[in-house]
Amino acid sequence: MSLRPLTADGSRSLDRLLPLLLLPVALISLGPVARLMLEGIGFGRGLTTAHLTAVLARPSTLEALSHSLITAGGGTLISIAIGASFAFLVALTDVRAKAALVFCLMVPMMIPPQITALAWMQVTGPSSVMLKLVGLAPPLGTPQPLHSPGGIILLLGIQHASIVFLTLRAGLRMIPADLVEAARMSGAGPVRVWAQVVLPLSLPALIAGGSMAFVTALGNFGIPAMLGIPARYATLPTLIYQRLVGMGPGVLPEVAVLSLVIGAVAILGVLAGRLVLSRGGHGLSGLSSAPLALSLCRWRPAVEIALWAFIAAILALPLLALLATSLIPAYGVPLSVDTATLKAWHQALFVQPVTRRAYVNSLFLATAAAAVLMAVCLPLAWLTSRRPTRATRILDALVDLPYALPGVVLSIACILAFMRLPFTGLSLYGTIWIILLAYLARFLVVMLRPIQSSLAQLDPSMEEAAASVGASLGRRLRTIVLPLAAPSAAAGAILVFLTAVNELTVSALLWASGTETLGVVIFNLEDSGETVMASALAMSIVCLIVALMAAVQAGARHLPKGVIPWQS
Amino acid sequence: MAELSFASLSKRFDGAPAPALDAISASVASGEFVALLGPSGCGKTTLLRLIAGFERPTAGSLTLGGRVMADATRFVPPEAREIGIVFQSYALWPHMTVAGNVAYPLEVRRLPRAERAARVAEALELTGLTPYADRMPAQLSGGQRQRVALARCLVFEPRAMLLDEPLANLDLALRASMQDVFRMFHRRTGATMVYVTHDQGEALALADRIAVMDAGRIRQFAAPETLYREPADCFVAGFVGDGGVVSLRLGAPSGPGRRQATLLGQEVTVRSDSATPTHACIRPEDITLSDTAPLRGRVLGCAYLGGRFRLTIEAAGETLVAFSARRARPGEVLGLRIAEPWAFHDREGTVLMDRARAHA
Repeated sequence: MSLRPLTADGSRSLDRLLPLLLLPVALISLGPVARLMLEGIGFGRGLTTAHLTAVLARPSTLEALSHSLITAGGGTLISIAIGASFAFLVALTDVRAKAALVFCLMVPMMIPPQITALAWMQVTGPSSVMLKLVGLAPPLGTPQPLHSPGGIILLLGIQHASIVFLTLRAGLRMIPADLVEAARMSGAGPVRVWAQVVLPLSLPALIAGGSMAFVTALGNFGIPAMLGIPARYATLPTLIYQRLVGMGPGVLPEVAVLSLVIGAVAILGVLAGRLVLSRGGHGLSGLSSAPLALSLCRWRPAVEIALWAFIAAILALPLLALLATSLIPAYGVPLSVDTATLKAWHQALFVQPVTRRAYVNSLFLATAAAAVLMAVCLPLAWLTSRRPTRATRILDALVDLPYALPGVVLSIACILAFMRLPFTGLSLYGTIWIILLAYLARFLVVMLRPIQSSLAQLDPSMEEAAASVGASLGRRLRTIVLPLAAPSAAAGAILVFLTAVNELTVSALLWASGTETLGVVIFNLEDSGETVMASALAMSIVCLIVALMAAVQAGARHLPKGVIPWQS
Repeated sequence: MAELSFASLSKRFDGAPAPALDAISASVASGEFVALLGPSGCGKTTLLRLIAGFERPTAGSLTLGGRVMADATRFVPPEAREIGIVFQSYALWPHMTVAGNVAYPLEVRRLPRAERAARVAEALELTGLTPYADRMPAQLSGGQRQRVALARCLVFEPRAMLLDEPLANLDLALRASMQDVFRMFHRRTGATMVYVTHDQGEALALADRIAVMDAGRIRQFAAPETLYREPADCFVAGFVGDGGVVSLRLGAPSGPGRRQATLLGQEVTVRSDSATPTHACIRPEDITLSDTAPLRGRVLGCAYLGGRFRLTIEAAGETLVAFSARRARPGEVLGLRIAEPWAFHDREGTVLMDRARAHA
């Protein structure tokens, strides 16, 4: 009995070809950002700092910068207050239904910010359908209270509370339970344990979470656009948007500088967070497996009621208001059994060409981004974890950049990079492809990290065993690595899909007539006074998102730890 | 089956101060069962991974069946070597059934479906896994997983088989029965087998020859009984088997392979193949307890092994091990008679001895 001899050529050539993948990935994900940096110093027209000084000296720039810092800073404080309270209570105490609480706290993060803003605007203000329903609406003519810096701060705080929550909870899980037990054996009560043991040990995670929330809030476009533009309160992202929309591509060098400013502030925030995290090592050791469960005793029902009431206030209330608005026949008409109608839903989903187009565009973009990124990230993750070289390490460190940078920065960068494709006469500006490229750059890490973490947990001997029985690299990737990494790739794909469907900031600057995305259309509908239809469309998106999140949740058991962001 | 040989095989990992393998030269005959034995970090797993092709040697060459697998210019990747390996973790693919795992090497080789089924059935039969063919690896016990790994390896008739501490994750009772499985397997297939272990009991029980490794070198490569009766140096004497190593002062030759020597203050005949032995290895079998013997030792400890007692005894400043039919109290003084221990030449002497002791 003789076996067919094996040839090794296929495997070896694939081993050589695979690193070539790094080049397009680097070009698409890092190329635009690099191009933007060059633009700031007058790339192509001779080096100059003229733009830099001109833009920086303008009062509107400094005003927008200070508005950005104020709203992002204030929002971060609220995020920390909400996120930290939830994290401490969920991670340290014996409150019940933790999974449901966490899921509900995550929903605001997944809902597009402009929908959050739209929904909250339906809660307050003189035209609130819900307030009219209960007869609490302020008289007509009173200003919408959310059209103010305070409103922006509040909503930014709610939107990003889950970031603080997730980071802090991950940090709290690193605290060995026996440290707390030792403190209690020494006679410390729960409050003293929290203040003197838990809080100091989790402070680095808290600060890191805060810095991430700050950077995300800084780049947020949906909320300041919906609430700030009507109040003539410009932050850097909305200033860039208004300039570019008002003046056209001629102001590109100028907005490039503006986006560099906001990018610099964001990077400072990221670096500060990393510094704190790397310094924060108290050298925790011991078993961290046993979760802490300090007993709340008789306070438990009260705490649980408070937590759920809060969830109701930040999640159920605005969504109900949004739903109520979507069911009235026209803006201003009160909602009752008689007036309730699905007309706006029908109009938004089936009649209006622009919303249907937006659905098609957004679903296409999200699907394409998820599919392309899945195809790219599986081999890429395998390269970075199994064949690390200097090139993969550098790329691995830098691919976070397009995701961490504010969306406007990336979109300006993409306009600059793809306005005139190098060596061709083609321009991608105004086509759907520029949005897709921007999404690919932005969401690469969203897909890459879950796959990397599942490969890191995959015993390399699985692949070595396949190699030893004669399987070539291509076959190993297909029959061993792919099936085993598939669950996390699927979760990553759903996350990319979720974030891409939600996305407004990047597409707000890249869309053209015909390539609108859902985020853009909601913003435009609200901007042109079609609040009812905007609400119906927004509500349909919320349903889609919650359904997708539930799908991921349902598959949670089959996923490695750390893949689902809200279950890290 | 094929002969496996190494010539000055070296491996140095980036940033490591010392080489993991330091110019190893040895060969394994076709159909031989060889164990690589040594403390953790001695380089035995590195050698195994070089044979498998998971690592490239820094220098030297590795040949299998007369064909160069790796040297300065050539490198045959693992998938083209036709070498099977059983991992310590078994590395069963969790998304395939038992039969799927075993069939995979044949699918890779594009065997016709009928022949594939027949050979998978045969391999499952040989390892006693036929009833479990449709189970997933997660539904199997440790011993069953081990046998699936073995079946997956034997099904494609590799030219050599490597086993990386295959019993380390099994409990004691299962280890004994799996040793029987390996022995039976080797007898039936006649495969060239290289077995990595840090457990001298496993190595002595299974292997035709054992390579005792330390710090990236092979200290001695010999049959188990030779390692035990005639260790080459202090490390081997201390790592393999029980007993004590003492230094000696040389006397006159007293016959073929025999010399007179002074050790522990006594005139003793030692066995040796060295012209200038420096140390003697005194196994428990070399010591007879006798009240009339001039060498006196004080009992340090006494452990019951079932049927006999193992005594640790201090005599003339050295610690020895003896077997006794009766229990002895710590502190008791006994007479010891030493019969023809093995003596060898070792320049590094006691340093190595201490290292072996620390690992053993």
